[in-house]
Amino acid sequence: MNRDKTFGPVCPIPISDYPVVLLAHGGGGTLTGQLMDKLFMAAFDSPQLRNKTDSALLTVNTDKLAFTTDSFVVSPLFFPGGNIGSLAVHGTINDLATAGAKPLYLSAGFIIEEGLSMTTLWDIVVSMAETARAAGVSIVTGDTKVVERGKCDRVYINTSGVGIIEHNLSIGPSQICPGDNIIVNGDIGRHGMAIMAARESLGFKSKIESDAASLTGIVQTLIDAGIEIHCLRDLTRGGLASAANELAAASDTTIELDESKIPVDSAVAGFCEVLGIDVYHSACEGRMMIIVPEKETNRCLEILKKNELGHESAVIGRVTDSKSTPVVMVSAVGTRRVLSMLSGEQLPRIC
Amino acid sequence: MKFIDEYRDANAVKRLADKMASVVARDWTLMEICGGQTHAIVRFGIDELLPDKVTLVHGPGCPVCVTAALTIDTALDLAARPDVIFCSFGDMLRVPGSGKDLLTVRAQGGDVRTVYSPVDALAIAKDNPDKKVVFFAIGFETTAPTTAMAVYRAAQEHVANFSLLVSHVLVIPAMESILSSPEASIDGFLAAGHVCTVTGYYAYHAVAQKYNTPIVVTGFEPLDLMRGIYACVSQLEAGKSEVDNQYSRAVKPEGNLPALKMIDGVFEICDREWRGLGTIPASGLKLKQEYAHHDAELIFDLKPSVPEESTVCISGRILQGAAKPPQCPAFGTACTPEHPLGATMVSSEGACAAYFKYRLLSKR
Amino acid sequence: MCIAVPGQIKSIKGANPIELRGTVDFGGVERDIMLSFVPESRIGDWVLVHAGFAITIIDEDSARQTLREFDQILDESEPDGDAG
Repeated sequence: MNRDKTFGPVCPIPISDYPVVLLAHGGGGTLTGQLMDKLFMAAFDSPQLRNKTDSALLTVNTDKLAFTTDSFVVSPLFFPGGNIGSLAVHGTINDLATAGAKPLYLSAGFIIEEGLSMTTLWDIVVSMAETARAAGVSIVTGDTKVVERGKCDRVYINTSGVGIIEHNLSIGPSQICPGDNIIVNGDIGRHGMAIMAARESLGFKSKIESDAASLTGIVQTLIDAGIEIHCLRDLTRGGLASAANELAAASDTTIELDESKIPVDSAVAGFCEVLGIDVYHSACEGRMMIIVPEKETNRCLEILKKNELGHESAVIGRVTDSKSTPVVMVSAVGTRRVLSMLSGEQLPRIC
Repeated sequence: MKFIDEYRDANAVKRLADKMASVVARDWTLMEICGGQTHAIVRFGIDELLPDKVTLVHGPGCPVCVTAALTIDTALDLAARPDVIFCSFGDMLRVPGSGKDLLTVRAQGGDVRTVYSPVDALAIAKDNPDKKVVFFAIGFETTAPTTAMAVYRAAQEHVANFSLLVSHVLVIPAMESILSSPEASIDGFLAAGHVCTVTGYYAYHAVAQKYNTPIVVTGFEPLDLMRGIYACVSQLEAGKSEVDNQYSRAVKPEGNLPALKMIDGVFEICDREWRGLGTIPASGLKLKQEYAHHDAELIFDLKPSVPEESTVCISGRILQGAAKPPQCPAFGTACTPEHPLGATMVSSEGACAAYFKYRLLSKR
Repeated sequence: MCIAVPGQIKSIKGANPIELRGTVDFGGVERDIMLSFVPESRIGDWVLVHAGFAITIIDEDSARQTLREFDQILDESEPDGDAG
C-alpha cells in the first residue's frame, strides 16, 4: 500500500469511537490500557515499553538500572494522610521498588496555575523534601512552568526516578508461574476512598487516611532475606482489580482471588457500600501484590508482618493456568465471578 | 457492618440453597424487577447456587436502562448549553443517547456535575444564581420522594433557577405489562425491597390475584435474596399466589407515608416510554402544573429529535426476561461496557453489564 | 435499583420536618442526611439511606426475628441424603 509519508501515521484509536480524550482514559482501567496500547505504544515502540512494566529496566555498562516516571493531578491537593507532593514522591519510589530496584534519585517537574498560593506551594514542596529524605532518595533536578489562571487545576507534578538493581533476582511478570501465591501487604482501596471523602462536593466526612507510603524498605527486607520473589506490583489507580488483570495478561495466567481473605478497612468498605463503588477498583498508594512460589509463602508473610507497612499482610489468592478469564474472584459463598478492570471512571451511583 | 454482614453469612446461604433443592419439585421461572438485585445476584453468584429447576430472569428494574432515548437526548442538549449546570446521579453519565453520553458532553465543555443527592443540586442552584441548574430526576418510587423534596423546597425558597428533567418510572405498571405479555412466562416475582420501603405493598395483592402469581418483597443481601427466592418457590410448590414480605426490617405494609405524601404533592401519574419496551400507560411521574416553573421540559426551548437506536441491541427482550444477555449476538463483541449499544450494557446494574462484569465468559 | 445503606443517627437538627436532618454514621464515614421522611427518628436509630435521605428506620426487632426465623427454616427437617 502506498502511503504518502508526509501525512505520517494515522491515529489508531478509531475516531468514531473516541473523537476526544475522556477522563476515563486516565482512570487506570480498560480505556487507559487502550490508550497505552493503541496510541502510545504504537508510536514509541521500544523493547522496554513492550515489557509493560511500570519501570523500564536498563543496562548501562555493567550497572542494572530502573527508570520510571509518573504524573500527579490529584484533587484535592491535601487529603488525610498526605498531599500531591508526598504522593508524587511515594508513587515514583514505589514503581522503582517494585521493580526490585533501590531508588536513588528523583526529578520534580511542576506545572503551576497562576494564582496558586505561595504557602500552598511551599507546603507541598516541603512535604516532598521530607518524604524523599525519609525514603533515602535525593531530588536532584527539576523544572517549573506557570500557566495562566484556568489552564490547569492549581498544580500538576511529574516525578521521574532512577534506581539501581543490586541483586540478580529476576522480578517481573515473566517469572509468574501457576501455583504461585499472591500476597498483599495490607488493606486495600484506602487511598481512593480517602480522596473521595475529601471531595467536599460529595459531603462526606471520614477518618479514612490515604495509605500512601514508600515501599522501598519492606521490599528490601524480602530481598535481603533471599525470598524468591517472582513478581511485585504496586497497586495504584484502578486498584487491586487493574493490577491483577495487568499481571494476568502479561504473564498469560489466570489469577484467582479469595474475597474472604482480602483485607479491607471497615470504614472503607462502608463508604464503598454507600456510594456503590467497587473497593477492588479503588486506588491504593502504599500497597503491592507480592507473588511468590508456594514454598516461600510462610516465610514471606513472616517477614512482611514484622514491617510497619505489612502488619496486615495476607495471602489473597493464587496463580493458576490460563483459563478463559484473567482474574476470577471467589466469593464468600463459594461462587466465582470475573473481576474485570475498571471500566471508565468510578462514579457514585444510586441504583 | 451492622445490618449488612449478618446477611452475608456464607454458611447460611449455602444451607438455604441446599434446603431449597430439597423442596423444589417442578421448574419455576422467577423474575426480579430491581437492578440493584440484579447486581447483587450476579455479584454474589446467587443464581449459580439455585437448583437447576429454578430460573431467575432479570426484569426492567433498572431506571437507568429504561430511560427513553429521547430523554437522554434532551439531557445531552441541556448539558451542552453554556448557561446550564447539569446535575445528575453518577449512574446516568454513561448512558448513550444518539451518539454520545453526558461524559462526552462534559469532555466537550458542558458543565456536568455528579451529585449524591438531589438537594445537593438545589444547593448548587443557590450558589450559582446566574446559571440554570437542571437535575436529572430518574429512578423508581424509591428516588421520587427525594427529587420531590428538592423541587418542593426550590418552590418554597423561590430558587427560580432550579428545575428537574423528570423521568421517574413506576414498578407495578411494568410488572403488569410483563405479566400480560405473551413472550415472558414468569411464575413468581421478587418485588424490589427498597421501592416497597417507600410504597408499601398493599397494591401488590391485586396483581398477585389477577395473574395468579406469588410476589415476595425481597431485600438485597445474599441471605435476603435467598430467602425471597425460597419463599417464592415454596409458595409455587404449594400452589399459592400471595404477597409475602421477606424484608420486614425495612418494609412496612403501608410504606413510608411522609414520602408518599411528598410524591403526591409534587408529581402526577403520566404515560411513560420505557426504552426497549415502548410506552406503558400510567407508568411514569411528571411534575404537577403548580411546578411548571421548575419543569425543564417546559421552561427550556427544546428541539424535538428522533433518537437513533442500535438495530442490533435486544435490550427490550432482555428487560422483559425473554432473553438473556449471552444470547445476544453482539454481547461481549460489538457490545461491551466500553462500547455499549444499549442501556442494559451501560448501567452497572443493567443485566448485560452485570453479566459481562461478573459472569465467567466462555470466550475472552 | 436503589442502593439504600444502613447507618446510625448520631445527631439531629432542624426546626420542622422539611428541614430535619442528622449526622449519620456508616461505619466510619459520616454525612449529613435528610430525615424529613422519618420525622419520628431519634439519635441512635439505624436508618436506611438512599440519595441523601433516610427512607425508613430499620426495625431492629424485625431484623433479629428474621435471623431467628432463618435458623428455624434451616433447622426444621434438614434434607436427608436422598432428598436433593
